[in-house]
Amino acid sequence: MKLNRCASLFVAALLCCSAFARAQESTVVVPPDAQKLQPPAPWMKIPVPPLHPFHPEQPIRIELKNGLVILLEPDHELPFINGSINIRGGSRDVPAEKTGLIDLYGDAWRTSGTTTQNGDQLDDLLEAKAAKVETNGDIDSTSVSWSCLTKDEDQVFGIAVDLLEHPAFSEQKLRLAQQQAIAGIVRRNDSASEIAQREAAILVYGKDSPYARQPEIATVMSVTVDDLKAWHAKTVYPNNMIVAVEGDFDSQVMEKALRAAFESLPRGEAWPKPTGEFPGPKPGLYSVNKPDVDQSNIWIVGLGTERRNPDYYALAVMNEIFSGGFGSRLFQDVRTKQGLAYAVFGGYGASYDHPGMFYTAASTKSASTVQATKAMLEEIHELKTRPFTAAELASAKDQLLNSFIFRYDSKEKILAEATELEFYGYPADFLARYRAGIEAVTLADLERVANKYVDPSKLAVLVVGNESQYGTPLTALNLGPETPLDITIPMPAALRKQMSGQGAE
Amino acid sequence: MKTFSAMRMLALACCVAIAAHCFGQNVQQELANFEKRVTVKVLPNGLTLIVCERPEAPVFSYFTIVDAGDANDPSGESGLAHMFEHLAFKGTKDIGTTDYAAEKVALDKVEAAYAAYDTEYRKRVGQDPAKLKQLKADFDAAEKAANQYVIPNEFTEIAEANGASGLNAETSLDATQYFWSMPSNRLQLWAYMESDRIANPVPRQFYRERSVVMEERRMRIDSNPIGRMVEQFLATAYVAHPYHRPGVGWESELSQITATEAEAFHKKYYVPADIVIAVVGDVGPADMPMLEKYFGAIPAGPKPEPMATVEPPQMAEKSVIIKDPTQPLYLEGYHRPDYRDPDDAVYDAIQDIFSNGRTSRLYRSLVEQQQIAAVAEGFSGFPGTKYPGLFAFFAVPNAGHTPEEMRSAIHKEIDKLKTTDVTDAELAMFKTRARADLLRGLGDNQGIAEQLAFYQLRYGDWRELFNQLNKIDAVTKADIRRVANKVFVPSNRTYAMVEFQAPPKPQAPVAGGAQ
Repeated sequence: MKLNRCASLFVAALLCCSAFARAQESTVVVPPDAQKLQPPAPWMKIPVPPLHPFHPEQPIRIELKNGLVILLEPDHELPFINGSINIRGGSRDVPAEKTGLIDLYGDAWRTSGTTTQNGDQLDDLLEAKAAKVETNGDIDSTSVSWSCLTKDEDQVFGIAVDLLEHPAFSEQKLRLAQQQAIAGIVRRNDSASEIAQREAAILVYGKDSPYARQPEIATVMSVTVDDLKAWHAKTVYPNNMIVAVEGDFDSQVMEKALRAAFESLPRGEAWPKPTGEFPGPKPGLYSVNKPDVDQSNIWIVGLGTERRNPDYYALAVMNEIFSGGFGSRLFQDVRTKQGLAYAVFGGYGASYDHPGMFYTAASTKSASTVQATKAMLEEIHELKTRPFTAAELASAKDQLLNSFIFRYDSKEKILAEATELEFYGYPADFLARYRAGIEAVTLADLERVANKYVDPSKLAVLVVGNESQYGTPLTALNLGPETPLDITIPMPAALRKQMSGQGAE
Repeated sequence: MKTFSAMRMLALACCVAIAAHCFGQNVQQELANFEKRVTVKVLPNGLTLIVCERPEAPVFSYFTIVDAGDANDPSGESGLAHMFEHLAFKGTKDIGTTDYAAEKVALDKVEAAYAAYDTEYRKRVGQDPAKLKQLKADFDAAEKAANQYVIPNEFTEIAEANGASGLNAETSLDATQYFWSMPSNRLQLWAYMESDRIANPVPRQFYRERSVVMEERRMRIDSNPIGRMVEQFLATAYVAHPYHRPGVGWESELSQITATEAEAFHKKYYVPADIVIAVVGDVGPADMPMLEKYFGAIPAGPKPEPMATVEPPQMAEKSVIIKDPTQPLYLEGYHRPDYRDPDDAVYDAIQDIFSNGRTSRLYRSLVEQQQIAAVAEGFSGFPGTKYPGLFAFFAVPNAGHTPEEMRSAIHKEIDKLKTTDVTDAELAMFKTRARADLLRGLGDNQGIAEQLAFYQLRYGDWRELFNQLNKIDAVTKADIRRVANKVFVPSNRTYAMVEFQAPPKPQAPVAGGAQ
């Protein structure tokens, strides 16, 4: 359930005072159903004093002449320093025939080490200090991060910078990373939930889309050390990087150290904005038969939106009502009332710089596959037909606003949020706007966005399960012909033979 | 490639020693610091409350730990502790109902109707299908009648509407734990809710929730290759002790658990003397009287008798070979004593040296050098630590490699541990990392609450969180060899292999798959 619940990725960076406009309330928030109770239950009378004032320090932002952005968040509670160098460009930016390159890059960068200390030497050195320096590759970024005791900062940060400036990229460590990647590829059909999640994204974005395509053995094996070096040269330049450091340091001393490390790097060209076509799924019914399971994974999917969308706040409130918590419509119906699923979740997803996914998902025993799918479709449909109530609106806002503080109740969260906003070019006060935006949402807004964005005729329905146990056939869903998906893993003949136990050497 | 020069080893050992020393100071400072911030009170009913000030932000996190888990499920009722945990979110006499007095009458009728149905259902001889159908209809009607008083999910809705974050619970074989975080002006509301659900849970919508838990079982075990393997592995490794049962319960037993059984479990095991609650954040000793008022009202009860069953020594190696349409896996385990054993920290050392990061032996050997495994780890205390658990090894073969190769490669590493001392650097690394991990864990309310509650329950003193480092410091190379030679012997071993077998053809389902 780690999918982007659209509201949940926010940490309030710049809110302080405005966050507690509601601090004056003096009674507990009572959910709508209970408000009718006579006499009121004892818990309704429990006082809620004003929240203690809270004005967290915002990160210090420094922009060097060469365009490098530094964010510093001192925190002296414990004797540790944690930092990261975040670089634009990720797996969505590589050619299709090299799919998987960025994962290999993220692995082999660190394990290869630097031109003066190989990866194994770094392991020994760092582990002896219980310190970490790691590299990572993601959909739209790569990074070097470090974490160490305050007293080891100079040495450990030195290693991180050395990795950035003098990476080794060894043939041997690339092979190791390729082995690991292939181990993952050949196992990707073992778990029904993994198949469902992956194929759902493929239905929404397309098999060849940078947001859904899968590394294959052939694409992974085509990656060379030169590819890794070329990627590094292409992305590592100061105006393409954000350095974020949190922990037990003096800001001026840290600034000096960072300037010394990065100020002389030459500027490069601005990284291009992401592009792409997002037509959404071809509506219909899709299936994968998996004979070794007794539970179906059902995903109903369409295209979501971006966070820049002015309707983002209304959609966030709609999400809270639809699938946000134990009291949400989806949970109440599919899990609590019908007892059809343990895992049931969904939301109208919003990403920073491309459309997210609109998804409704559940896992249910094979025999209730059709019943659960119908219940889920009905809940989606009801977003348009069952009017939102004032009570639902109030409850959703209470949930979002009263838990808002947990988006910025630690220095790590504050820095992580500020780094994300900086990375995607969002205004630094985005979270203050978010809070205000949520507060302003009305019933009319909810009705309007549900009508504008929820279109059941544009959704794809995917069922991954054991079809011999369904009882009621999927055709009973009246979604047209069923399209079975081919999830065969393309595999070199020799490996296939070896893996099926017919000729292991 | 992996041989170190003596010079480098020496240099490493030195810098390790320095690091350990500095960490030592930090840990002592932190203990002193916590002494000032922690207040512990054992209430007259036996419940232990821990309050820890950490005024970084106006929020708090709590962690309730109940010293009963699925190892305590009565025979024939596996999954009961976990089922009760789900029930603890269904509300109380005041929360989740429009009229508790009337609901109580209706719930008693549900139980009576279910008992009548269950009696007929379990009849081995002379079951009457028509009567069974009628009894089921009666039960459905009784459930429907009770449902009219229910405000579904009100307990969690109150928590969420008042800002609860990370609201959840977990049941292991050893214990049951509940937790969330909230803005600190809701402390009293939380104390009311938590104490009320401990004292007055109501088994409403029990049988519907049982269906939900059955889905949880399907997800975690029946439809998951690793879940299926672990279930069979533990059922084989243990013959007497309840660690041989899956925490979520066997399908047949879970599907027949009743609300009456859940209430009996609650009465026996949810006694205040077996509960520790830690609250960490924007709270302090001044809050203690308020907390005492709520938690002190939970009725006292006798501590349940400690478990009699002790797993007998294993006499011979045991194995499970699963042919599955899934990629191969390997798991093996050796019985070890429980957490109170004087060698407990030695097992931690072995785990660390075998498995922690890229310098660990299994990574360097199986993953990096031989390139036969994608993952290879050894870990202590599986499936629990309260009672004697297993020291287990788990490996995921690379494409084209077999479980047998995992097995022999792991055994080579175990033999090395038995015959040759670990290096100074390895031992020092373990001790340094134990300190660092402890310190790193002190920056988060929820993590601190969990640790304080856990150590208080297990050792009767939260300070053991810090003092455990003395036991870790005392571990020697000789200890590691001694323990390895004692425990890692074939007759003490159980292993499970998953071997790939092509899936059945679509038209001819094979018996013996999921049922």
